[in-house]
Amino acid sequence: MLAMNAPLDYFLHADGSASKPVLTLDWVFASIVVAVCIIVGVLLVMALFRQRAPETVLPREDDGLSWIVVGTTLSVFALLGMTVYMLATLEQISKPSRAPALTINVTARQWWWQVEYGADDPAKRFSTANEIHIPTGEPILIVLNSTDVIHTFWVPRLAGKTQAIPGLTNRQWIEADQPGIYWGQCTEYCGVQHAHMAFKVVAETPQDFDAWREAQAKPAALAEGGGRSVFMSQCSGCHAIRGTTAAGAYGPDLTHLQSRQLIAAGLMTNTQDHLSDWISRPQELKSGARMPNFDLPAGDKAALLSYLQTLR
Amino acid sequence: MAEAQAAQIGSIVPGSPEEKRLHEIWEAEPGWRGWLSTTDHKSIGLRYLFTAFFFLIAGGIEALIIRLQLARPNLSLVTPEQYAQLFTMHGLTMIFLYALPILSGFSNYLWPLVLGSRDMAFPRLNAFSYWIFIFAGAFLYASFPLGQAPNDGWFNYVPFSGPVYNVGPNIDVYALGMVLLGLSTTAGAVNFVVTFLRLRAPGMSIPRVPIMTWGTLAASFGNLFAVPAVSLAFFLLWLDRNFGTHFFDIAHDGKALLWQHLFWIFGHPWVYVIVLPAMGIVSMGLPTFCRRPLVGYMPVALSTVATMLLGFEVWVHHMFATGLPSLSLSFFGAASMIISIPSAVATFAWIATIWLGRPVFKVPFLFFAGFIILFVIGGVSGVMTAAVPLDLQLNDTYFVVAHLHYVLLGINVFPVVGGIYYWFPKFSGRMNSEKLGRLAFWIMFIGFNLGFFPMHIAGLLGMPRRIYTYPPNMGWDTVNMVTTAGSFLFALGVLVFVIDVFYSIYKGAKAPINPWDAPSLEWTTPSPPPPYNFAVIPFVGSRYPLWEGRLAEAEGRSRLDEGYLLMNGRETLGTTAMHAEPDAILKMPADSYFPLVASIFISALFVALLLHALIMAITTVALGLLSLVGWLWPRPVLRMEAAA
Repeated sequence: MLAMNAPLDYFLHADGSASKPVLTLDWVFASIVVAVCIIVGVLLVMALFRQRAPETVLPREDDGLSWIVVGTTLSVFALLGMTVYMLATLEQISKPSRAPALTINVTARQWWWQVEYGADDPAKRFSTANEIHIPTGEPILIVLNSTDVIHTFWVPRLAGKTQAIPGLTNRQWIEADQPGIYWGQCTEYCGVQHAHMAFKVVAETPQDFDAWREAQAKPAALAEGGGRSVFMSQCSGCHAIRGTTAAGAYGPDLTHLQSRQLIAAGLMTNTQDHLSDWISRPQELKSGARMPNFDLPAGDKAALLSYLQTLR
Repeated sequence: MAEAQAAQIGSIVPGSPEEKRLHEIWEAEPGWRGWLSTTDHKSIGLRYLFTAFFFLIAGGIEALIIRLQLARPNLSLVTPEQYAQLFTMHGLTMIFLYALPILSGFSNYLWPLVLGSRDMAFPRLNAFSYWIFIFAGAFLYASFPLGQAPNDGWFNYVPFSGPVYNVGPNIDVYALGMVLLGLSTTAGAVNFVVTFLRLRAPGMSIPRVPIMTWGTLAASFGNLFAVPAVSLAFFLLWLDRNFGTHFFDIAHDGKALLWQHLFWIFGHPWVYVIVLPAMGIVSMGLPTFCRRPLVGYMPVALSTVATMLLGFEVWVHHMFATGLPSLSLSFFGAASMIISIPSAVATFAWIATIWLGRPVFKVPFLFFAGFIILFVIGGVSGVMTAAVPLDLQLNDTYFVVAHLHYVLLGINVFPVVGGIYYWFPKFSGRMNSEKLGRLAFWIMFIGFNLGFFPMHIAGLLGMPRRIYTYPPNMGWDTVNMVTTAGSFLFALGVLVFVIDVFYSIYKGAKAPINPWDAPSLEWTTPSPPPPYNFAVIPFVGSRYPLWEGRLAEAEGRSRLDEGYLLMNGRETLGTTAMHAEPDAILKMPADSYFPLVASIFISALFVALLLHALIMAITTVALGLLSLVGWLWPRPVLRMEAAA
């Protein structure tokens, strides 16, 4: 079945209370419209090929008005019913049934997603990229912004789309019933690498989520050596690592880089080889991305990679 | 009083000296002079058709490259930037340079013939609107070969299209080109509205106008209200980009959403602008092959007007995902569902017409009947996208791409090709090849559905629009391969159609006056019609002047061979708006180079604005104004006279 592994499908799967009513609506509407197409198709074929009596009387222009009256009346009732159902569903998904347990700030950028978790204690705040962890069974509020152009935040199995518009703060709530990984993707054309602007929502049990959050809030483990100084001289202008002097805000925060499954907004899995490749030639892998190619001496490169491995 | 010179009533025999005189009065000069100066609506109409079809092929080739790029995952036939330019040029070509201009071609060619007039109300303005159209088309394409074509999709959202994120000339070309094209659209719309109100044959009261004219009339009114919004939006964007204004500049409190509102206040009515005249073509042609009048003329005409009016109430359905309050979403969602009611009227009218008629399966009829099911599929997928919660999933996926192609190809291209086959005898004086025509229909119909139906599935599987490639693990491989195959099959069908057209122009059988036994006035003129259309302006006594006596209802009698003799120079009859009572003899202008000259200078002004060439801009404005003076130079021969 070709649909079984389509991670962005929303027609066969809905995994939270913001998307489930829409899945039902989708199937009801799809059934009605397919039925309409079949009915009209059958009427059309019958009209074209039905047996006709020999012509005895002249045609009257006014014949057949009952077709329009009956057809339009049925359409009006169907459409009114569908409209009411649609509006009721809209009401159902526009707000969660209870106050969101958690607010996450998501900022869309050309071409990645900055994800920030707030806390009263500034030491507990942290920023990550392209991976949104949430606890299951709770409505979560996503506060959406953009620093550059318009993007659209979409996790189809959890909720519908919301544009991230610069100069405007939008909100979208999501909820996952079960632990799992839910794919997300930008859907508004936002520049050459619009195609490579994916992210993941990782839903975990509240215990697992708390543990993850605890770990993310910690600064990076202390690691000395050549790799760290390569990072500070080459990478820290754009990337931050909490607990070090690297505080660049232009690219993703790399404090816990190794806890993420993917790099470059979903382009590649996070392996040592892919990281190495990404540092050397991002402009070939994702042309136009803001990260330049780094042609580092082999020693520096190896040191940098082993430093990055410490960012767990 | 002018009664002394008032028009006389009489008839003109073919081959008589009077007819020769009419020829001399109306014929364009031979050679290139006449070609550049003619104001004959038939020449202008055919030029519109050819030019717009050329753009259809250009946009189609762009689409085929896109389809090759998407045929398999992770292909790199084109770069991401080339891909962006391709899908932008494909969209703007099809929507702006093909879809409306081709319908303007039909209306320009056919209106005077179906209304019983000798030309459009403003023949020079008509020539002007064509020249501006082709220059605007060339302008929009000028930066394509340089690799600097518009690259933000046809709806061109800010701030990506603004000066910060898009530094090349790409978007300036789009902005200025669209303002220029807006001049053509507006001039054309004014011409249609006035022609409809004033140039109908005597006796053709409002309930008797041919059904197709309602579509173009509604669309023309729509244009007059919709085009200013987009011209303004593009002008403001151009100011932002070139003079540092802040309409859309977020850093200085400009608003990104302002663009979306202005664009879609235009954009959604435009959808109806490019389908209502095409639906009019079907309502006009389909009954001919059913051997009976259209069922429900009045409901269909009213539903056409209602669709256009409602079309101004639904633009926010393109913006459901922008974070607007749900009350606003509810209103626009409900309106977007209700707008399908008038379409239901038309659908049942067409089916009833076939049901009660005696269908003759000629090539145009195949396209018109095939259109009905495509119309329904495109319509009901629109109902799905009107449902707000559902649209929040469907929006910006391939489901919307599928929907809009069923609308634009199903409701525009199929009626257009059917219409070209239907009026081909009039256009060319030849009959098309039934064999090639049937082949073209079946290849196009199968290729279209094979290509575009799977896009619905791709959308439901979450494939976003405007991605230049996709990884192999997304579940989209098969649907994309099928879509690519279908699109090439569809292109083959179009090719067969083009071959048929060129073959038939040269080798087709000579067409009689009324080969389809159709009921409307254009089928009383020779194929092709003479420059003056009608030797005498006919009297119209019923809705179907050529089918009188064939219907059970008693209707008035038309007089087709006897009517107003208007031969003191270029003249046609002006009639009153409601009842089409003779009102004035309209003196029509002579052919003129000035529409072309004015268009050249106005277009050159836009080139100057693009290049920031101040002296060139001032010069072109001055020369443009001078050419308008020449255009409008008073001539005593154009003094109007009251009719008898």
